Amino acid sequence: MSATRVAVLRFPGTLDHESAARAVEGTGGEPVYAHHEDAALPAGTRAVVIPGGFSYGDHLRPGALASRTPIMGAVRAHAADGGKVLGICNGFQILCESGLLPGVLRPNASLSFICRQADLQVADSGTPWTGGRNEGEVLSIPFKHHDGAWFGDPGEARVVLRYAGENPNGSIDKVAGISNLGGNVMGLMPHPEEAQEPLLGSVDGRVLFAALLS
Amino acid sequence: MTLVVVTVMPKKGVLDPQGQAVQGALAHMGFGDVSDVRVGKRIELEIAGHDPAGQATKMCEDLLANQLIEDFHVEVPG
Repeated sequence: MSATRVAVLRFPGTLDHESAARAVEGTGGEPVYAHHEDAALPAGTRAVVIPGGFSYGDHLRPGALASRTPIMGAVRAHAADGGKVLGICNGFQILCESGLLPGVLRPNASLSFICRQADLQVADSGTPWTGGRNEGEVLSIPFKHHDGAWFGDPGEARVVLRYAGENPNGSIDKVAGISNLGGNVMGLMPHPEEAQEPLLGSVDGRVLFAALLS
Repeated sequence: MTLVVVTVMPKKGVLDPQGQAVQGALAHMGFGDVSDVRVGKRIELEIAGHDPAGQATKMCEDLLANQLIEDFHVEVPG
């Protein structure tokens, strides 16, 4: 049986596509890059990752311009068919701006770029994205962002992950990651693709990629 | 060609950390009378064709403003 094909999106300014592709490979999937001007996902695509970075230089609002590109029409159709989509950092911002997830990411309350390892509490164990983890269990995953404060109505989403302890960025309800009500579209500010190797201090990000490929 | 000016502002009640930072700096500089600062954007559009203000409004709804957190105002000066 061939490996599950996962489209890894690249926009002008995307940075983390190689780490995302490596995480897909490490999970047993086959990563294939797709580009902003493509009108369709690569043939045989089963799941989509939108990696982090600064698409279109964050101009206007983070994710705003990327969310209006042709490839996002294809992602919307994929999600409408129940296909899985994982948006990380700028990918989360793109999913919110495209309407695939509710809310919007605003500048951190401190106006500082924050880069550190974070403890994330599983807030909803009923989605596929945290595997068998129970509510309250903690995942250690790094984040690095300037615009990570989620603003929206938590009732319109499933809050999957919350920052444990202090609220680092002013996110409503300490939201770190949400899925849509259907559970097939997930976005988070922290970077699970950077928590795949024991050498880097944590392998807790593996659970999200395992869910993407399942 | 018609010049259309779009102003995009953070909604009242939505925290504007940029405005707060500017207000703090102004207070340090001695401008203590400033009780509130909000920072937004001005976008100038040169539009050809029919109903430039209507076109600009549609652009605001579709892209230029995120109405969850921002209000917009469309103006045709002159």
